[in-house]
Amino acid sequence: MIALSDFLILGALLFSLSVAGIFLNRKNIIIILMCVELMLLAVNLNFVAFSHYSGDIAGQIFVFFILTVAAAEAAIGLAILVVLFRNKHTINVAKLNELKG
Amino acid sequence: MTFEVLNMSLALPEMFMLAMACTILMVVAFLGKNSAKMAYILSQLTLAVTAILIYQSFGDSGVTFDGTYIKDAFSDVLKLAICIINIAVLLYSTSYLKDRDLFKGEYYVLAIFSTLGMMIMVSAAHFLTIYLGLELMSLCMYAMVAMHRDSMISTEAAMKYFILGALASGMLLYGMSIIYGVTGSLEIATIAETIQAGGLDNTVLSFGLVFLVIGIGFKLGAVPFHMWLPDVYHGAPTAVTLFIATAPKIAAFAMAIRLLVDGLGDVHQHWQGMLIMLSVLSMIVGNVIAIAQTNLKRMLAYSTISHIGFILLGILSGSQEGYAASMFYALVYSLMSLGAFGMIILMSRQGFEADNIDDYKGLSRRNPWFALMMLILMFSMAGIPPLVGFYAKLTVIKSIIDINLISVAIVAVLMSVIGAFYYLRMIKVMYFDKPIQQEELQAPTDMRVMMSVNGLTVLALGIFPGSLLAVCASVFS
Repeated sequence: MIALSDFLILGALLFSLSVAGIFLNRKNIIIILMCVELMLLAVNLNFVAFSHYSGDIAGQIFVFFILTVAAAEAAIGLAILVVLFRNKHTINVAKLNELKG
Repeated sequence: MTFEVLNMSLALPEMFMLAMACTILMVVAFLGKNSAKMAYILSQLTLAVTAILIYQSFGDSGVTFDGTYIKDAFSDVLKLAICIINIAVLLYSTSYLKDRDLFKGEYYVLAIFSTLGMMIMVSAAHFLTIYLGLELMSLCMYAMVAMHRDSMISTEAAMKYFILGALASGMLLYGMSIIYGVTGSLEIATIAETIQAGGLDNTVLSFGLVFLVIGIGFKLGAVPFHMWLPDVYHGAPTAVTLFIATAPKIAAFAMAIRLLVDGLGDVHQHWQGMLIMLSVLSMIVGNVIAIAQTNLKRMLAYSTISHIGFILLGILSGSQEGYAASMFYALVYSLMSLGAFGMIILMSRQGFEADNIDDYKGLSRRNPWFALMMLILMFSMAGIPPLVGFYAKLTVIKSIIDINLISVAIVAVLMSVIGAFYYLRMIKVMYFDKPIQQEELQAPTDMRVMMSVNGLTVLALGIFPGSLLAVCASVFS
């Protein structure tokens, strides 16, 4: 039997991995977008685990909404990425440096 | 089996706005290139009718849609403010968009959907509605920032905004999932009851709370989660900056109240410390870095950060007076920033952004009336009586003195003195420097009238702050 804490630890690991990915990655914006998706999936895992162990269905319904919104979010993120690439001809994170101060 | 009939009438303003948003979307899709004017008129009509619907239903309250949607005095007042402010925002932005070939129907469709998201956030009684409202608002704003597709800085700002916004939503959701696990419910009222009943694991609850506060901090733009704010304000087209800088702050404030006060009010001592840290850092970093800015939009962005610090002061006090004070501050702040960014749009023309502080040199000689309006707005932001910004600062500082956080109050006062420096520098530039350029103002009449109304409202509310203060106080009693 897998305990609730195992799911939560896995969720926390995935979540930390994605946050670390967003902050440490200095090369590629697509990897950041993947990290954002991973982050939402880590949250989904948490919701499903809690929902299953407490016998309350609301958490699983929440997961459907998160999945849907994540898809919309990815669409907008990739659209912005395409526009950015057209202007800059690169998707290197370190080149995002026009704005500072 | 019985079916409970939903009381849909409570959500009438939102439903009307959704129907109209879809209509405008269709109009824009079918009319194509020439749809902008039509979309503009329909959007203004939508906002005005929604405002009337909200005003007419003042006083009704209740929870509907299975406990996911709440209508109370708090939501009515904030939604009305959001609608009115967005009417002004759309009015200001039209000529700017026309001059830059951005006058397209999409802007208005996104603006209306985003407003709908804000209204849902304000009326949320459930984690799901908070999340969906927040995302509806944010996703529209990401797209709006990127609307100027050929501009290098706009797209860069949009990317930064998108990544940090998504990160914030992720943090908020993680916090929500932990709190769901501890309390076993997603409904804010039930969560509050469960916490009040006691017997929960406080460590895990605080762990979830940290993530919630981080998420709220990101959305409000509090230090150390403020990195996106100056870049986005600077990079976005001014019309979009104006949109982002005003009504969404009210919505984010409402989200903070719904989550922290309505939901987790009983563990107030757990989040108070975190908010003190965010608030003090925001006031210090915002005011000090603003001094070094030469770009007006960037300067106003840092000033936003410091104002967010003040708004948080009222929330962290944990008293009814404090919540009312920070609600007053949030409303007043969005009115002032509406005027300040509106002024940038008013001064700009084709091929000239008017976003450097030097562009305002000698404004008083070129255009004394609008220089006076800018003077009123700057004095109000600095918190100088008899303008409304003074009462906003006074009430939040009073609310934290009431709970004996004297040291925080001293920091707040010191920082507003430092903050006065850059507002006064702006006034010095307008009144005592020689003008570099002599071009006439090109703004259309409706915008000039709106600007005057905006400035005079700040003045009038400063002289008679009583009615708005009373409204804010009545919401929380």
